[in-house]
Amino acid sequence: MTSGNPWAIEAQGLTKLFGPRPALLGVDLRVPRGAFLSVFGPNGAGKSTLIRSLATIMRPTAGKVMLEGLDAARHGGEVRRLLGVVTHQTLLYPDLTAQENLEFYARMYDVPRRRERIAYLADLVGLEGRLDQVVGTLSRGLQQRVALARALLHDPPILLLDEPETGLDPQAQGMLGDLLRRVDGQERTVVMATHSLERGLELGDRLAILVRGRLAYESTKEALNLEALRSTYRHLAAAGE
Amino acid sequence: MRGFWGKALAIAWKDILAEARTKDMVLSMLVFSILVIIVFNFAFESSAEQTAQVAPGVLWVTFTFAGVLGMNRSFVQEKDRGCLEGLMLCPLDRGVIYTGKMLGNFIFMLLVEVIVLPVFSILFNLPLFAPRLVLITVLATLAFSTAGTLFAAIAVNTRARDFMLPILFIPVVVPVIIAAVQASGLALAPGPGEGYWSWLQLIVVFVVIFLAVSFLVFEYVLEE
Ligand SMILES: Nc1ncnc2c1ncn2[C@@H]1O[C@H](COP(=O)(O)OP(=O)(O)OP(=O)(O)O)[C@@H](O)[C@H]1O
Ligand SMILES: [Mg+2]
Repeated sequence: MTSGNPWAIEAQGLTKLFGPRPALLGVDLRVPRGAFLSVFGPNGAGKSTLIRSLATIMRPTAGKVMLEGLDAARHGGEVRRLLGVVTHQTLLYPDLTAQENLEFYARMYDVPRRRERIAYLADLVGLEGRLDQVVGTLSRGLQQRVALARALLHDPPILLLDEPETGLDPQAQGMLGDLLRRVDGQERTVVMATHSLERGLELGDRLAILVRGRLAYESTKEALNLEALRSTYRHLAAAGE
Repeated sequence: MRGFWGKALAIAWKDILAEARTKDMVLSMLVFSILVIIVFNFAFESSAEQTAQVAPGVLWVTFTFAGVLGMNRSFVQEKDRGCLEGLMLCPLDRGVIYTGKMLGNFIFMLLVEVIVLPVFSILFNLPLFAPRLVLITVLATLAFSTAGTLFAAIAVNTRARDFMLPILFIPVVVPVIIAAVQASGLALAPGPGEGYWSWLQLIVVFVVIFLAVSFLVFEYVLEE
């Protein structure tokens, strides 16, 4: 897209207040195109708020979000087309079947050849034979698989994932890595909030720890192993109490 | 604005599909409407000409509150299941979301009215099919949906969302209620019913204004 700009995601001074209490406080973040950033942090640290602000679901109190060089506040429509999002909620209609849900969203994203795309994704996330079931009657893990398929429908260049492993069995968690790669081999930029240090370290090439709405730590994967990450995390989380 | 209508209709269609499975919203509107009409029918045990005078008022009180009941649900359901966020994430013009939800509300209200109107006519001893009553019902329902969809979207983001919709909605639609009651009275009375068309025009103007306002502000209404 903007070839001169290496950042797929840029946040400057991102702040979100709920009443007087900040959920995010002056977060500056830059994610290069094709990178995979894993975000850790204790409960209430602001991970979901960060994901939601980047995803344009939430309007930040202050600060700015740029996606592929576009100001998210001003180019909402174009920016949303670049994003695939998984949040705490599945964003699915419980009274519709998985197929109906995916078809509805595929239409909203102007996905060409919808049925083939849905069949392909269903296969990818392991939903064989479940597409015609009403989503409300699917197990949590199966719903999460539909939610992942939903986020990937339009093959977005940027993925924002909030605990995508929720409810998934170990096998499905294992396929997350493959799933997040793009079909045409192009690089996808991913930001993933997770509580699993192992998974985050395995998938991510950059790591960040949020504590009380502040970016307390940032590193590349090479600089860390699981033990070092664990102790850093424990140390920062304890300091934030 | 690629495929504006295709997408708006798809939004309305998924509401219809979900409603066809649960029947939550239409059933509660229907039961409420029929009960209100029956209670009014008992309350006004009166002569034929008095009936003709109160009947239009009864009808529109019923439709107004049934509409509030239904439209409130349409956004509360969307919000509570997190689906409103899913919709907001789509690269859609906010006007598409508004139009889709508005069409869905319009269709659900019409569906209820198609069943309630004959019951009403029988109970109040009125002609079963009055084309001009049908016309005014369709137009006033459209007016209710245009304003109600906007206010329901505002209400769902407030804490007092259960009673916020009626508080916002009812004062604003007073002109529509008055116009609908007057026009229905004229449509049901024998004779040419002079003035019917000017009431109708008033409703059309209301629809146009509310469509314009909603398209302008809906973007800001949806965001947290
Ligand atoms: N809608 C809201 N209204 C008020 N406060 C909120 C709202 N959403 C989040 N918060 C507050 O913002 C802070 C950060 O919340 P957030 O959901 O981002 O945390 P998190 O890191 O995702 O936590 P978890 O690990 O539990 O998912 C918390 O203190 C939370 O209570
Ligand atoms: Mg969270």
